[in-house]
Amino acid sequence: MLKTLRQIASIGIVSEPPPESDDSLRISVGLQEQIRAVLGRALCIRHIDAGSCNGCELEIQALNNPIYNLEGLGIRFVASPRHADLLLVTGPVSRHMEVAVRRTYEATPDPKLVVALGDCGCTGGIFGESYASRGRISNVIPVDVAVPGCPPSPTRILQGILAAVSRSPTRVSAAGERA
Amino acid sequence: MQEWLAGSFRQPGAPGLRALLVSGDQWRRIAADMAAAGARLGPLWSSSTRETGPLVHAAYLMQGGGLVLALPLTDPDNPYPGIEDLFPAAARMQRAIADLSGLRSTATDSRPWLSHEAWPRSYRPLVDPPLSQLATEPGANAYDFVRVEGDGVHEIGVGPVHAGTIEPGHFRFSVVGEKVLKLEERLGYVHKGIEQRFTQLPIFQGHKLAARVSGDSAVAFSWAYCQALEGIANGEIPQRAAWLRALYLELERIANHLGDLGALGNDAGFAFGLMQFSRLKEYLLRSNQEVLGQRYLLDAIVPGGTARDLTRPGIVSLGKRIREIESEVGRLRTVYDEHSGVRDRFTGAGTVSAELAARLGLTGLAGRSSAQPFDLRVDMPSQPYQEITVKKVVLSDGDVAARVAIRFDELRESCRLLQYILGALPEGAHCTPVRLPEEDTLGVGLIEGWRGPVWIALQAGPAGTIRRCHPHDPSWQNWPALEHAIIGNIVPDFPLINKSFNLSYSGHDL
Repeated sequence: MLKTLRQIASIGIVSEPPPESDDSLRISVGLQEQIRAVLGRALCIRHIDAGSCNGCELEIQALNNPIYNLEGLGIRFVASPRHADLLLVTGPVSRHMEVAVRRTYEATPDPKLVVALGDCGCTGGIFGESYASRGRISNVIPVDVAVPGCPPSPTRILQGILAAVSRSPTRVSAAGERA
Repeated sequence: MQEWLAGSFRQPGAPGLRALLVSGDQWRRIAADMAAAGARLGPLWSSSTRETGPLVHAAYLMQGGGLVLALPLTDPDNPYPGIEDLFPAAARMQRAIADLSGLRSTATDSRPWLSHEAWPRSYRPLVDPPLSQLATEPGANAYDFVRVEGDGVHEIGVGPVHAGTIEPGHFRFSVVGEKVLKLEERLGYVHKGIEQRFTQLPIFQGHKLAARVSGDSAVAFSWAYCQALEGIANGEIPQRAAWLRALYLELERIANHLGDLGALGNDAGFAFGLMQFSRLKEYLLRSNQEVLGQRYLLDAIVPGGTARDLTRPGIVSLGKRIREIESEVGRLRTVYDEHSGVRDRFTGAGTVSAELAARLGLTGLAGRSSAQPFDLRVDMPSQPYQEITVKKVVLSDGDVAARVAIRFDELRESCRLLQYILGALPEGAHCTPVRLPEEDTLGVGLIEGWRGPVWIALQAGPAGTIRRCHPHDPSWQNWPALEHAIIGNIVPDFPLINKSFNLSYSGHDL
């Protein structure tokens, strides 16, 4: 117990101030205010792996480390789509996950946001479309924001989540058209 | 055994591998001899050549070497002899071959494994040309789970979408109260057609897809791919390139071990562990970014060597980071060891005895935690491990505590190896051009990834194409063992036990 406490005391607080986004949107206290403005409470995220290689999952997990300190920003991952405001979806959508992805989307209460993550989520990536892959996420469910990268860094993921919360008007429908 | 090896020839790719063309009768006899001699089964896969038509392959690892078999099937409609009675891990691989190539074995369990009725049953993805159009809705996706019946027995189905940030798969528990009587896994949810996709890529681009078979093992898979390619292209890589690859492999190993040690603490209710280890992992990834240009080394290894060189300041900076991590992990280990709550959750949970591990062919890190003393870096070292002496870590308790302890031990050993590599890195080029391999030559790459042995079987097509590429993750061997490890444990311990194996879904589902 003493060693645990000593370690906590000696390391101190390592959380960094949230990064600036490249589209001049700051992820900071302002982020929390924007979320509140849209949702009136903390943002709850449900992650879906729709067929990823697990690289994106590693970077999503990093958001919970004390340096990015996602929960400190008022954002947390939840276990059920019924508790979620935002779906964070990785992978090309495998044919075998297509039904599960649709059902998870339908189980998420409105208003809901969808962030497609990684090169595969944005375009199908190296896996593309085939007998087993439906390609990009927006081929299966509507997507609000797409964050490229292989895998995108935790900072990029945060920036994508912010872009979704500030309700970018360019919503891509399932058919890939801009609504 | 000697009789078989006498007739074999050198298998291009990883050192220590031999190859042998066999008949159906020999296929079974070799399997029986291998089982009797305590050899382990690696991958089972199908292929075809213009001369022979369809083939099935099996690769075995025995003392100090490996044997890759090729069995030509003169009548593809006639089932080839199954070996699942001798090597339990073969059962799912044989079912996967049937799903993707239409070649059936004599095994009695003929349920599909990787196919979930999302494409026509008559379609053979690895034989037939790519489909241009598919029905929009996947099929009914019914699966015949084994039922456990009796007073008070009920089923709990979990997945494919899980509660945490992990990959999808379905687990069917049969329980009495909280106690698990049986677990049946159903995988294949992230099957995205990787093997067919390989055949559409130029052979000099395949390493990129190999790195994305399982993102957490990118270095191991891309190295194994390049090793197979360089083997059939008769290409030697510069010494410095081999050393840099080993550097990347050990960095990948410690990154994964740091992640797992934190997650295991968290699953035991000790959030302190997650915070501390995920902090160290983040520092390591930032060093990777700074020195190697990537947090995860997905594009670090290329045919002929590595994508970039390491600078002098990079060596100093990485060395400093590794020293810090090593000393901090040492301190954290005493915290884990002395925490009675954590010890209580780890000890005796999810035990796989040495006897069971040997029977199931438990491999890699999980195998070494259950007294299976195999590590390719020591047993069949490729360059540069022939010059770097790795201390093999083997434990025998086979429980979560052992799988935690082995991560601590291997982490320390990898930190030592990294310091050694950084200090003794040979001068010279980091990459060299590779010739085009001849059509239908088969190369086999084999690398000890952080999870266990990673295989790539690569068969060249004409004019720089890929005829066939089969990646094999050690998860194929270890997923069936998890079904045994959970028996008699309580359902709430499953996440902890599952995490202690940390198996790949993507690497298995392909």
